[in-house]
Amino acid sequence: MAAGLQRCEGCGLVSRPPAHAPEPRCPRCDTALEFRKPDSLQRTVAYLVAAAICYVPANLLPVLTTRTAAGESSDTILEGVVLLWSPTGWPLSLIVLFASIMIPSAKIVALGYLVLSVRRGWAQSPAQRTRLYRMVGFIGRWSMVDVFVDTFTAALVQLQPLMSVEPAVGLVFFAAVVVLTMLAVESFDPRLIWDAAGANEVRHA
Amino acid sequence: MYSDPAPDRRLVACPDCDLLLRLPVLEDGASARCPRCDYELWRRRAGSRARCLPLALAAAVLYVLANAVPMLGLEAVGHRASTTVVGGALELWADGRELVAVLVLFTAVVAPALQIGLMLAILVGSRRAPAPRWVGTLLRHHPAAVLWSMIEVMMLGVLVALIKIADYATVVPGPALWMLAVLVVLLATMQSLFDPREVWARVGWAADGATDAAAPDTAEARP
Repeated sequence: MAAGLQRCEGCGLVSRPPAHAPEPRCPRCDTALEFRKPDSLQRTVAYLVAAAICYVPANLLPVLTTRTAAGESSDTILEGVVLLWSPTGWPLSLIVLFASIMIPSAKIVALGYLVLSVRRGWAQSPAQRTRLYRMVGFIGRWSMVDVFVDTFTAALVQLQPLMSVEPAVGLVFFAAVVVLTMLAVESFDPRLIWDAAGANEVRHA
Repeated sequence: MYSDPAPDRRLVACPDCDLLLRLPVLEDGASARCPRCDYELWRRRAGSRARCLPLALAAAVLYVLANAVPMLGLEAVGHRASTTVVGGALELWADGRELVAVLVLFTAVVAPALQIGLMLAILVGSRRAPAPRWVGTLLRHHPAAVLWSMIEVMMLGVLVALIKIADYATVVPGPALWMLAVLVVLLATMQSLFDPREVWARVGWAADGATDAAAPDTAEARP
């Protein structure tokens, strides 16, 4: 009964493409109709692998270089977290720790788990895994916080010849991690979780 | 090749789990959730276009002002410095971090402008029904602008930077900082009041001459 109906990704309209249409399009908004996001798993894995590779230099290389009369020092993200830790600054230190270190790694692990669960065809708890996917998408944008912190710190602290702060190369890798994980979330199709659980079998019959 | 319209315009498929459902008749402010995966399928906001328009106009004015005046200032041993949002990104570019500068410009300046601009165009373009098809095209791309628009994330980043820098120098919050804070609230309110279904029901169809004018939820959206 449900077979043959397709939801448009562009406008949400459910329509019935003609039986032998080679490239069915949405009658309302003209978007090409697809049953699932094309090459969802391959694209998600590609973005995830790239993000995981960038995650290493993002955490090992310095993100900011501070020049003072006394000399030059460079801080990685984790060193920045430690520097912020003080009787008044610890809540901010925690924000940066969460946004810059825990959220990106949790995103990579969670999406990796979701891809694996679909590949293996796991049938249990699809609703929980869909909720995990939504949470990953919801918190993901907040990992941009440290990029903004470093941008405005470097832009403002230009007190030549006393002191200046400059962005270092680690920031480029960190920004790449944020963008790549966001693209990975966008490429993943949560409906595959339900297909793997056998919940949408009628649609493909 | 075009497909046939669905037999029933209230038929929806859950975007997250693909369950096929028929939307109930909702009261204003009530929402329909997917019984299987709990996705919010629709929250009916009667007259959402009329309520979003003043918010979008106010957001546009605030956006322009907030980008024109300084956001942060710094004072230390006789030195003074100040920066705008764009100025911060340009400083990154000057320091040789072009890619990050582009990302900051995109998420803090370009995407918010697109979010506000597309919303204004959609609201103005859909004043008459059937609305021209370009309204549908803009509406289709609006969620992407919202996803990459990160003014609220930037606000948090600026606050952290403020406190970090306060160790070396006196930081002076600029007027743009307060405008941006109000803009964050305005945009969140605008997004929560907006009902894309109300606009889709008014958009002219791509398939020859068909419109949604007789669809049940259109009749309901216009008393």
